[in-house]
Amino acid sequence: MGLDLVPLWTILLGLAVFYYVVFDGFDLGVGMLYGLVRGDAARATVMNSIAPVWDGNETWLIFGGLGLLAAFPLAFAIIIPAVYFPILMMLLALVFRGVAFEFRFKHPALRTFWDTAFCGGSLVATFAQGVVLGTFIQGFNVDGRHFVGTSFDWLALFPLAIGLALMFGYGLLGACWLVLKTEGELQDWARRAAAICLVAVLAAIAAVSIWTPLAHPEIARRWFSWPNIAFLSPVPIVTALIALGEWEALRRRHELTPFLGAIALFLMSFIGIAISLWPMIVPYRYTLWEAASAESTQAFLLIGTLFLLPVILMYTAWSYWVFRGKVHATAGYH
Amino acid sequence: MTLDPVLLSRLQWGWVISWHILLPAFTVGLASYIAVLEGLYLVTGEEIWFRISGFWTRIFAVSFGMGVVSGIIMPFQFGTNWSRFTDTAADVISPLLAYEGLMAFFLEASFLGVLLFGRRLVPPWAHFFAAAMVAFGTLLSSFWILATNSWMQTPQGYKIVDGRFEPVDWMAIVFSPSFPYRFLHNVNAFYITTAFVVLGVGAWLLRRGRAMEDARMMMRMALDLLILLVPLQIFLGDQHGLNTLEYQPAKVAAIEGRYDTAQPAPLTLFGIPDDAAATMHAAIEIPYLGSLVLTHSLNGAIKGLKEWPADQRPPVGPPFFAFRVMVGIGVIMLLVVIVGQVLQLRGRLWDSIWFLRLCQLTGPLGFVAVIAGWITTEVGRQPWTVYGVLRTADSVSPSLTGANVAWSLAFYIVVYLIMFPTGIAFMAGLVRRGPQQPDLEAPVSQIESGRPHEPFDSAARAAPQL
Repeated sequence: MGLDLVPLWTILLGLAVFYYVVFDGFDLGVGMLYGLVRGDAARATVMNSIAPVWDGNETWLIFGGLGLLAAFPLAFAIIIPAVYFPILMMLLALVFRGVAFEFRFKHPALRTFWDTAFCGGSLVATFAQGVVLGTFIQGFNVDGRHFVGTSFDWLALFPLAIGLALMFGYGLLGACWLVLKTEGELQDWARRAAAICLVAVLAAIAAVSIWTPLAHPEIARRWFSWPNIAFLSPVPIVTALIALGEWEALRRRHELTPFLGAIALFLMSFIGIAISLWPMIVPYRYTLWEAASAESTQAFLLIGTLFLLPVILMYTAWSYWVFRGKVHATAGYH
Repeated sequence: MTLDPVLLSRLQWGWVISWHILLPAFTVGLASYIAVLEGLYLVTGEEIWFRISGFWTRIFAVSFGMGVVSGIIMPFQFGTNWSRFTDTAADVISPLLAYEGLMAFFLEASFLGVLLFGRRLVPPWAHFFAAAMVAFGTLLSSFWILATNSWMQTPQGYKIVDGRFEPVDWMAIVFSPSFPYRFLHNVNAFYITTAFVVLGVGAWLLRRGRAMEDARMMMRMALDLLILLVPLQIFLGDQHGLNTLEYQPAKVAAIEGRYDTAQPAPLTLFGIPDDAAATMHAAIEIPYLGSLVLTHSLNGAIKGLKEWPADQRPPVGPPFFAFRVMVGIGVIMLLVVIVGQVLQLRGRLWDSIWFLRLCQLTGPLGFVAVIAGWITTEVGRQPWTVYGVLRTADSVSPSLTGANVAWSLAFYIVVYLIMFPTGIAFMAGLVRRGPQQPDLEAPVSQIESGRPHEPFDSAARAAPQL
């Protein structure tokens, strides 16, 4: 065959991870905001805005994980043990959050417990995902084909800071989703929450943009050496423009634009990280090509993926279309 | 005492998979049942199908949700605890796992939303289609995950390059020798498990005089399905056993509790295995029967575990006892189903209180049989993760300490002991509520955007009106 499938798989996996971050991001964000919303009716509305879609969104986490396993198994085998406890925290948090959708209707007495589980689960899962991302950027202690650090290497300032930042990031996505799906007082509240999250997210983007080049000389070289700096300068400029647009869209009470703007901010951050780390998949040790699975493995999975992914996107779009429009808690709520 | 990361990782895997497998054991069958009920409702328009389907769909939603969240945990275990296995075998098994995600999970997750919340938002045929797609998704999921497991049990179609498995022939990998038997035996087990739950719940409703018409229909449907599937399962189990004898004779020796090769071999009904001494204490044996069952001849030879070096033998206790539990349950199930059919033919089914009570008691037996079967096949293939090639002890993540795994296992135990009892209590509550009349008077505004206050209340299940 001799066809290099690595670039294609890199794009596919990148898209899958980005899709997951945006879609489960907004519903994890909604989950965290749920804890701040007051009133049964408003809470029901918040929960109902994601009830029919969260399960499909979470499926992309499996696809992202399995995609990494299938296309870059060496990366999976090194990265996942390194973030043993963040992954454990994320999985258990997702368990609590997932079953809370069903269980909170059982007893009023237990509702407080499951409400806390829903909100707390969303928060812990988000934080843990941020820690995984932070550990990824921080790099891994590798010997041969194995991770040889300790199970607590993630317990450092940078990963924890990224965990905190991602909470505001998903909060922004969630708040913008609520702006789109609700109306009245709840929508106003969501708009204010979105503005607060936006400020925090911009601060985090700025901080990471300064921190990573300082910590990793190769990242500094990537961005600031000539002529890279000329090619790459649009990235921060476009990000700043999007941030301004997002602020305006919230101020002018747009409904859909803030959500799209939040996605665009995530896209720019994603591109920024990709530029910093390219072509590493196990920073700063193995490249995408070194960690790739056998050509036959990538080809075998690619055939089905190229056929199935459009179908999946089509029926996902259909299920979002079925549940389009504003959400209401009950007949009496306005 | 030092904590062994290998043993603890095995315990953790056993803990999370045992709980998880209970859910597919139920939802695979239930999804198909709901699809059939929705189909009957679509064709006949009779309300009984609607009521029964609504009743089981509410229960399905809870069990499926639990299945999803406990299932997400599974693929990550490959990375967290079994990274060396992952690094060695990923080129072969990962596409099978990824295909499960691509084909099954997305199908199920997307159409589940429409099945649960979309009754009034989509035309009736589309609602039935969603139910059918969810059912189809569960079967695809079983296909791929059992293909993966079967390859690990009876690996073929690979070559080893630099100590790692590389794929050579994908058809051989997906359809490994034990796969057809394992797949049919498992899916049939899932259908039987569900049918016994339906039978038991129907009997319970009947004894309480609740939704009598619906309960009778559930029992009739379950009994008619089971009289076909239970005998079929005994046949499939026998075939699966012959296949195991051919490809994993050490597992069969452990199941039989046979340390010494024998020809003809007796069947050991019961005994106390002693791996250290390699003998079976207090064995109760029936001459010739072992050969007859396993080789279908009176004089066939059965290899004993002593034919293998000590470090290549599975422990005898778990597969030996678990297998007897599974077969024992199979026999009980067969008796229940035959008695039920006889009573039905004589028109005595509904007033035989003792039989209704028996149905209630045997309702959960399928789950026990599934777990027992799983223990039989998984402990029986030890000490290997990829049979005969990669040892379990060489599969675990090198960076893990025993304390790391002890902590994570403790967390999994605590969380599962909260989640599963709550879920089971919640489903029991749904059973107690019984099938509901469709509420045709429900105000449309209440379900305006398809999201009623409570996901599965009767208003949302009302007949399609819009």
